[in-house]
Amino acid sequence: MYSKNIKSTCEKRSRSTGNLRYSYKRHLREKFIELLLLLAAFFSVLITFSIVFMLIKESITFFQHVSIWEFLTDRQWTPLFDDAHYGILPLVSGTVVSSAIALLVALPLGTTIAIYLSEFASYTVREIAKPFLELLGGIPTIVYGYFALLFVTPLLQIIIPDLPGFSLLSAGLVMGIMIIPYVSSMTEDAMRSVPMHLREGSYAMGATRFQTAIKVVMPAAFSGIAAAYILAISRAVGETMVVAIAAGMQPNLTWNPTEQAATITAYIVQVSLGDLPHGSIGYQTIFAAGLTLLLITLIFNILGHLLRKRYRETY
Amino acid sequence: MVKNNLVEPEANSLFPTQYKSIVKNLNFYYGDFNALRNIDMVLHEKQVTALIGPSGCGKSTFLRCFNRMHDLYPGNRYEGEIILYPDNENILSSHVDPIEVRMRISMVFQKPNPFPKSIYENVAYGLKVRGIKQRAMLDEKVEDALRNAALWDEVKDRLNDLAFNLSGGQQQRLCIARALATDPEILLFDEPTSALDPIATASIEELIADLKNKVTILIVTHNMQQAARVSDYTAYMYLGQLIEFDTTDTIFIKPKNKQTEDYITGRFG
Repeated sequence: MYSKNIKSTCEKRSRSTGNLRYSYKRHLREKFIELLLLLAAFFSVLITFSIVFMLIKESITFFQHVSIWEFLTDRQWTPLFDDAHYGILPLVSGTVVSSAIALLVALPLGTTIAIYLSEFASYTVREIAKPFLELLGGIPTIVYGYFALLFVTPLLQIIIPDLPGFSLLSAGLVMGIMIIPYVSSMTEDAMRSVPMHLREGSYAMGATRFQTAIKVVMPAAFSGIAAAYILAISRAVGETMVVAIAAGMQPNLTWNPTEQAATITAYIVQVSLGDLPHGSIGYQTIFAAGLTLLLITLIFNILGHLLRKRYRETY
Repeated sequence: MVKNNLVEPEANSLFPTQYKSIVKNLNFYYGDFNALRNIDMVLHEKQVTALIGPSGCGKSTFLRCFNRMHDLYPGNRYEGEIILYPDNENILSSHVDPIEVRMRISMVFQKPNPFPKSIYENVAYGLKVRGIKQRAMLDEKVEDALRNAALWDEVKDRLNDLAFNLSGGQQQRLCIARALATDPEILLFDEPTSALDPIATASIEELIADLKNKVTILIVTHNMQQAARVSDYTAYMYLGQLIEFDTTDTIFIKPKNKQTEDYITGRFG
């Protein structure tokens, strides 16, 4: 009797005001916004896929003329000569050597700066130093290229008299300086997001600032630091202007940093600026080279993803 | 205002225990804010002392003076003395190295804060920080600490697992093991059970009762029942002042101060 009463009162009320009714207008608007957001997200995916599609499509044409085996094992890269060889190894070696030098500079220095800024520096020092570091990251890469060619190379020639005008060493060093801000700023962000109570736990055990930074904060920030390192690797491998200007344009299968050698990116610049006929095999080499570059960075990104999953932080 | 006859050495005859530490006229400042005012208190050796009082009364601030935690942040200032025995030295003095203080006075925090390392590495952390490298010694100390923290049986087969895989209560006992591994003289607890469920809380309280034989304990707690259950001495604080300090029985059964009585009986706080 009682519950029946309540029910009828409720029905009466909802009928009279109608404010519980499903609002088609509101839901339609919500759907529309959702669609808009989906399109925005889809757009970036679309661009990525179209780039990959273009690279693969053009590369397939290239690989119909040149076998993948030859591409991977031939020790010469002379696609524009009469005696054409299509071995990617010389370009890969140039890329690997210049990137390795850059990373040898950028990772230790960038990490050290990050440790200092995040764990040691006072508020004032940090607020002054960070904008300067970010400025370093804002300098156009072409400026770095000329800095390498006209300043660093002559400087290095004082120490190594036999150093040629173009060298992987000079380009790699400057590229390393260029990447420092990326490493330091991302590593510092990762370290500063480690909660204070973890640090306090370490200090309370009698640890020094340095011990806390190395043994507690860095392991806790591992995934962020790994992301910073992966980004640094991708940037070093993909960097174009510095190596094109300072490392030379001559494909050269070498692991010696004091020699000159072209990187994959430098080669692509050289060919894109040249007057090769569209559709010729020489022209198509840049797509095969580009695909190689993409695969290298992809491998590092996957590696970084796996590392992050393995050491996911759960403070 | 401060009823504190226990500081006087004559009063010692009432209590058969030794002093581990005497706090004399302690003031503490966060910048200009005077967070602790003229505190006088003692810590009795191998006894549990509880700090109670409403939120913001300065309990945790006071606790963190004992291991110089405030040194980590700029603008903090101590005045007065915390004398540590048997050294008879003021640990707040600028001549005292806070790291040396923390080597002898360990702390367990409100929220379990294991390091992103294995269970073993967590417990061995303090020892490694002190430069101990011999594997056999580390193994022994780690096992002892885990046994003392009543965690050994639960983790002995997975010492190399990540500490984050333990439950909240286990993580807190791991933090206690970590603090115990270095044989501290005083163990500070900052609301150690406020993030735990009742069963885990009971096991931590039981542990504190057991640890009393080995180490002097100072515990901050929000929970008056907890103070009554685990402590031998209780200090009631309010607005940065120590209102009353006495044996736990006295504080809970016949407090001398009206303010303490009001707080204990729930009329205030």
